[in-house]
Amino acid sequence: MSTVTLAMRDSSTMVRRQLKRLLRYPSMTVQLVVTPVIILLLFVYVLGGTLGTGLGGGRATYVNYVVPGILLMAAATAATGTAVMVATDMTEGIIARFRTMRISRASVLTGHVVGSVIQQLLGMAVLIGIALAIGFRPDANAAEWLAAAGMLTLFAVAITWLSVALGLKSPTPEAASNAPMPLILLPFLGSGFVPTDSMPTALRWFAEYQPFTPIMQTVRGLLLGTPIGDDAAIAVAWCAGIAAASYLWAKHTFNNQGSKA
Amino acid sequence: MTNLAIAADGLRKSYGDKVVLDGIDLVVPEGTVFSLLGPNGAGKTTTVQILSTLIPADGGTVQVAGHDLAREPDDVRGAIGVTGQYSAVDKLLTGEENLLLMADLKHLSRRDGRRKAAELLDRFDLADAARKPAATYSGGMRRRLDLAMTLVGDPRLIFLDEPSTGLDPRGRRSMWQIVRELVASGVTIFLTTQYLDEADELADRIALLDHGRLIAEGTAEELKRRIPGGHIKLTFADTHLLDAARGLLEAGVADPEALTLRVPSDGGVHAIRELLRLLDERSIDIADMSVHTPDLDDVFLTLTGRQKEATR
Repeated sequence: MSTVTLAMRDSSTMVRRQLKRLLRYPSMTVQLVVTPVIILLLFVYVLGGTLGTGLGGGRATYVNYVVPGILLMAAATAATGTAVMVATDMTEGIIARFRTMRISRASVLTGHVVGSVIQQLLGMAVLIGIALAIGFRPDANAAEWLAAAGMLTLFAVAITWLSVALGLKSPTPEAASNAPMPLILLPFLGSGFVPTDSMPTALRWFAEYQPFTPIMQTVRGLLLGTPIGDDAAIAVAWCAGIAAASYLWAKHTFNNQGSKA
Repeated sequence: MTNLAIAADGLRKSYGDKVVLDGIDLVVPEGTVFSLLGPNGAGKTTTVQILSTLIPADGGTVQVAGHDLAREPDDVRGAIGVTGQYSAVDKLLTGEENLLLMADLKHLSRRDGRRKAAELLDRFDLADAARKPAATYSGGMRRRLDLAMTLVGDPRLIFLDEPSTGLDPRGRRSMWQIVRELVASGVTIFLTTQYLDEADELADRIALLDHGRLIAEGTAEELKRRIPGGHIKLTFADTHLLDAARGLLEAGVADPEALTLRVPSDGGVHAIRELLRLLDERSIDIADMSVHTPDLDDVFLTLTGRQKEATR
């Protein structure tokens, strides 16, 4: 078998390992799914009336506006979980065993990434279901839904590789739970919860140029028909760039690290 | 000449200023058991980590299973199995899933993998717990699962880093039995331990590691010959009896305060019977007797001139 075939085979073995682990201990997944749902409900029912008025509508207008931001937040929350899982895994003896075996080295990381992306997509699906139930009214056709799903998956992959790298760099699982924290805040410091033109100049500048904003604008455009412009290209470039850089960073870190166990 | 499973020449490793391995040479022929004996902190685990490709050496050349460790680590990995000091099982998976994971990573076919897993579960007395998560296993069970996982894929060279640490006497004996079976099937074993009896029981050759240097190497018998320290300790009721015994035996170190006499001896049945016969003939009663065979403490006392703190 060629190196690539072996790498694929080892990676799929590691994905199966990770999925079994996630299925056996579903509490983490449940928490990662439930947290964004609660945020959604808080923003729609507690703040949504006022914020919707600011958008020139009401609560119903705000549901439509806020869903893309919370979708990204859900992915970012799950990424925190991934960083912790990776950091915990690295303290286990099993990783030392993997390192002494003739297997594709990054496969254990790929297992974490695929497991986490599946977890995130599941979380986003639940979130969209609940959003639809409380008044989210997208006007997307099948192709647009597919494109939005593609955008969100790409984002999930990018942010998960980043969390894997952060998890590997963290000295302890506790530290790993803090490292991706800023990612959860980024939807707030972008167009996730209110339009950026309502912000003070410096913040507005940051909000418009940080990577989450074009991604949210693209998802919003695809699902609700708002203008996308070059946001889609910028969003894809950000995701591809973050994914590639984080993948290399994670792989390098993993290969150069002795086992911590 | 037989093939060598391990040939290390001038192996070095330091962490910052701390020299962990100070140029050690190892020669392990295929199909033998080699034991690296030493106290905690001697560098045993570091040696295993280097030989099993976990960490790079700072200097020296090493061939493992016929492959250069630095240039062909993947070929080395393909030939070895490692059971480390810390349990290397996935605690969230069941025992069976752990073994099947190994089978997949060793690229066994599905059928071969299932057969191997079932066989190992049986052999290591884990069949009843096969469907339970490893997190629920006792220490001994986890160790057995750990070793079973190492055996998936039939490695030709197995590293066992302190395999009996944390095992009860029964677990220890069954671990020894497994090692003997492996050797009988032609596998080479590299074993580290802090127990002389374990090395004595299993190893063809023993090397003594202290502060990153090999201070002695040989068969168990050769090493024991270099270690005086075997003696029989006799305790008497009063100094009169002690002096009488001292005069009779013409050997040994008397301790008048403790009323003991240490008589050099190999501690064998014959020597004990002879000693008791002599004392009996003169009607010298002994209050207590204990046999002391050479142990790791004696080894370190003798070869390093240092006291027990080293073996703590």
